[in-house]
Amino acid sequence: MSTSSSSADAALDFASFPDRHGHFGAYGGSFVAETLAVPLAELTAAYDRLRVDPDFLAEFERDLRFYVGRPSPIYHAQRLSQEIGGAQILLKREDLNHTGAHKINNTIGQALVARSMGKRRIIAETGAGQHGVATATVCARFGLDCVVYMGATDIERQKINVYRMKLLGAQVVPVTSGSQTLKDALNEAMRDWVTNVADTFYIIGTVAGPSPYPRMVRDFNAVVGREARAQMLEHYGRLPDVITACVGGGSNAIGLFHAFLNDAQVRIVGAEAAGEGIASGHHAASLAAGRPGVLHGNRTYVLCDDNGQITETHSISAGLDYPGVGPEHAFLKDAGRASYVGVTDEEALGAFHRLARTEGILAALESSHAVAQAIKLAQELPKDRLVLCNLSGRGDKDVHTIAAREGITL
Amino acid sequence: MSRIEDRFTELVAHGRTGLIPFITAGDPLPQAMVPLMHALVAAGADLIELGVPFSDPMADGPVIQHSSERAVARGVGLPQILEWVKAFRQRDARTPIVLMSYMNPLEIRGVAAFAEMAVAAGVDGVLLVDCPIEEWAEVAPMREQGVQQILLAAPTTTPQRMVKICSAAAGFLYYVSFAGITGADRVSLDAVRAGVAQARQQAKVPVAVGFGIRDAAMAQAIGEFADAVVIGSALVEHLAGETDEAGVCAAAHAFLAPIRIALDARRK
Repeated sequence: MSTSSSSADAALDFASFPDRHGHFGAYGGSFVAETLAVPLAELTAAYDRLRVDPDFLAEFERDLRFYVGRPSPIYHAQRLSQEIGGAQILLKREDLNHTGAHKINNTIGQALVARSMGKRRIIAETGAGQHGVATATVCARFGLDCVVYMGATDIERQKINVYRMKLLGAQVVPVTSGSQTLKDALNEAMRDWVTNVADTFYIIGTVAGPSPYPRMVRDFNAVVGREARAQMLEHYGRLPDVITACVGGGSNAIGLFHAFLNDAQVRIVGAEAAGEGIASGHHAASLAAGRPGVLHGNRTYVLCDDNGQITETHSISAGLDYPGVGPEHAFLKDAGRASYVGVTDEEALGAFHRLARTEGILAALESSHAVAQAIKLAQELPKDRLVLCNLSGRGDKDVHTIAAREGITL
Repeated sequence: MSRIEDRFTELVAHGRTGLIPFITAGDPLPQAMVPLMHALVAAGADLIELGVPFSDPMADGPVIQHSSERAVARGVGLPQILEWVKAFRQRDARTPIVLMSYMNPLEIRGVAAFAEMAVAAGVDGVLLVDCPIEEWAEVAPMREQGVQQILLAAPTTTPQRMVKICSAAAGFLYYVSFAGITGADRVSLDAVRAGVAQARQQAKVPVAVGFGIRDAAMAQAIGEFADAVVIGSALVEHLAGETDEAGVCAAAHAFLAPIRIALDARRK
């Protein structure tokens, strides 16, 4: 493998990746058990047929519009921007989507693929529960059976989302292996899939996993960036100077970034969870502090020890608490097209409160990392610059976590 | 000729079915690994599969998951595993050793660097659970150093794909007996027989069958049409909980010897 770094090359078409084997430069690919190789090839063939099928695309667009509520607006956070005194902060309001986050864009797309392939049983993994809820939602909408794997630790931390999934008719299966969190839920979902591959479709929730998932999940979320780019040109007459989003697996980030990859003048910054600080070792910043490895079917940056054992991660936000990252982000980092920085728990909480007080918006803790990064970026830039931040989800689900952290009993 | 080829040539000459036990390196007792490997050979093992523990064993059932977790918790990693292989080789130069691993433990050391250490220690082959033929090129440095890459075929493998896998296979072909995870109770003899027959049409190397083989009767039934049988989860489960070297070695012998006898009762 080669992981040579080079500076951003204007001639390189960043939007053209991956290659037909799912490689984003040195990253991505399909590192799975032999049993899954043919099912993944069938999925790739089905997806490549559907992604250019006008009927499929029309149905996807229709659901995004009438079920999800798209397009989501870009909102100028004026009071926040004034308080900071730097560049103008613009928020892409994915928190206004049905189910409260960008995750639904992908689950609708994959449920339509599953239905087209004749698969009636859906499985998914979830960490915080947002992808689980988004999957349970579309399964109810399309009349599909739904099984969601969730780490036992996360089930304890996210009781409300567990109940939401059950209300939507999903079966939630606790995962008690390993660290009992998102990565173990993903392992268990893979084990289910390899066992029930004939009738089961696995809806992966982020831009990771084996090929074609990183590409397919990106494509379904890329509506975020396509809309945002057109909205910027329509309402502001120009592109933003900087765009930023939080990165766990990286689906909301790649969703925003993808439409801007070939706009060389637009700076791209991803905000990873630095937890208690990268130096503390308690974080989930795979790109900032990890190294190239293979996890969950793809080569990417991972957090692991010298024996290759994946290490436990920490973030106040369960949705960013993942020891890998989508391979396209690994590629964009090495290519120099995007930079990735750490945002600590404290900084994210600070941004959460600041946005709540100045704009009346409760952001998800995941998205609060992006808001914190947008604030930092705005502070360094003059007032006439535009920083576009993906507000990927709403914070209702996190109210209990924040209260507990601040010593408040509800 | 490699040690693996020599061993299968011998087996064919004697009309015997190969017996391949799988153990997780470092479980149940790291200090008893080398005696355990010798005990397996004494009980009738023809080749040993040594599992490299990994924190995220996606293809494994609960028995090997937990075994792997115990070994990881003890800090077992490749340097130590290769030391055990080297120590084993001092008394046994003939029994082939195949490491069964996920990609990440190798990848982190660098495939070429790993291969050099593995060859020096006396490793004969590596079976990479999560490296299908599509990613074959990624581990070329390993093969160039002389480590044979053991490839897998499964019930979902299509005929065209089987041609590709068999043309690249070295040592032996590992046929996965069902779509699922290790240790599951899903073996259908008729399905496995048909799958192995299909693999044989293409394979130039011997065909071993693994996943879900739990006891002597099942091993014997599969041995009727396979060149070798792999027994992992049932053995690992049997060894779990042993607390000293004598106990581990005795348990290994008690488990494996009857399977050897059952296989040898039906010479081909």
